[in-house]
Amino acid sequence: MTETIAIVGGGTGGTVLANRLADELKPELESGDVEVILVSDGEDHVYKPTFLYVPFGKKTVDDAKRPLADLVDRRIDIRNDRVEAIDTDDKRLTLRDGRPLRYDYLTLGLGAQLVPDELDGLAEGGHHFYGPEGAQRLRDELADFTEGHLVLSVIGTPHMCPAAPVEFVLMADAWFRERGLREDVEITYTYPIQRAHAIQNIADWASAAFEERDINLETFFNADEVDPDEGVLHSMEGKELDYDLLVGIPPHHGSDLVVDAGLSEDGWVDVDKHTLEATEAEDVYALGDIADVPTSKAGSVAHYEAGVVADRLASHVRGETPTATYQGKTICFIEAGMDEATFVDFEYGTQPTVRKPSKPVHWAKLGYNESYWLTARGLL
Amino acid sequence: MSETEYDPDVTIDARGSTCPGPLMDLIGKVKEADPGTVIELQTSDSGSKGDVPEWLDEAGHDLLEVVEQDDYWSMYVETN
Repeated sequence: MTETIAIVGGGTGGTVLANRLADELKPELESGDVEVILVSDGEDHVYKPTFLYVPFGKKTVDDAKRPLADLVDRRIDIRNDRVEAIDTDDKRLTLRDGRPLRYDYLTLGLGAQLVPDELDGLAEGGHHFYGPEGAQRLRDELADFTEGHLVLSVIGTPHMCPAAPVEFVLMADAWFRERGLREDVEITYTYPIQRAHAIQNIADWASAAFEERDINLETFFNADEVDPDEGVLHSMEGKELDYDLLVGIPPHHGSDLVVDAGLSEDGWVDVDKHTLEATEAEDVYALGDIADVPTSKAGSVAHYEAGVVADRLASHVRGETPTATYQGKTICFIEAGMDEATFVDFEYGTQPTVRKPSKPVHWAKLGYNESYWLTARGLL
Repeated sequence: MSETEYDPDVTIDARGSTCPGPLMDLIGKVKEADPGTVIELQTSDSGSKGDVPEWLDEAGHDLLEVVEQDDYWSMYVETN
């Protein structure tokens, strides 16, 4: 009898996992003992870090996507479909139009959802670069922005790519300087807690960089309401910021599917942070942004988690005890302007060292963005 | 288990979560709470003992009591 491994989500986690399984379970797939079904809502795979470069005209929205079918091994059954419900007792998914899909092992890579409507006025008054439409709109807005107050506000955490807001203001600073406009543009960065970033060492580095580049820093700023007519951002702490251009990192949510399936109360799947197995159901894994683990919601996390889940699923299929574990490995390149960058790497419970930014690391980041497509294929 | 006189309207279990998780969980609840709501934040992150009072002071809410339990702290907060 054929065992079915279902993967829901064609983002970094789901795609890398599918390709790793195609490699690790090659004999079982070819003999028909196992099938791997990747369910993704859409035909394209999207590499979201590309969107950071779109507002500055360095990349286009189309650069961020490629057809999933071009990236995934031919032994994987790709279904362009949408999961409407998950029944972990009966091990069954309900697809669009009510069709069932039975599984033996399930991995959820549902990603994070942007919910700008959660904050009054944000959708009307704010911009962002966390999705294709937002990044394109912000590109058009920035192109005509020659003077005034640019405010970047991190509205809520957790959010995808935690370093990206810091990168954005450092890039904006350099970009306006290059264009001879910096003296006419004031830049302010706000963050919800008492420092510039959740990770202390990154916060220390960012604070120093902001001071050096005349970027205002507002901490303990939890945006409460945007007034698009007056151009004012209000905070829970009673502060007000006048803005001419607001870049608001929107609140993020997990998935109602997860709540409805009883896999957590808040929409992020409760998992063992080392095995990535769901704590509330048998034979269910989660990876990438949807998995509630104490590290960043970043592509590198999904990538490394996928390797662990692939090893564990392969062990299950072979009747072995899985031993692979995820130790929180996270790597982030951080742009420090338009032509220099640094990078950090860390694991659970460790603080990263922020290295001095350099041009070679910036080139490495750009180079990696191109070679990412090898990562998606499970090769890098 | 230590005792407290406060009977919370809302309890947030942020045990196991690391900074800034417990504080952000608290901020999220405060945002949707009516004035006078008593919230118990359960946290095992020692950093919460610093950043939670600091934020409450900034945002104008009250820290009623911090109770040390076996392997976590209960921080009782009242919204204004």
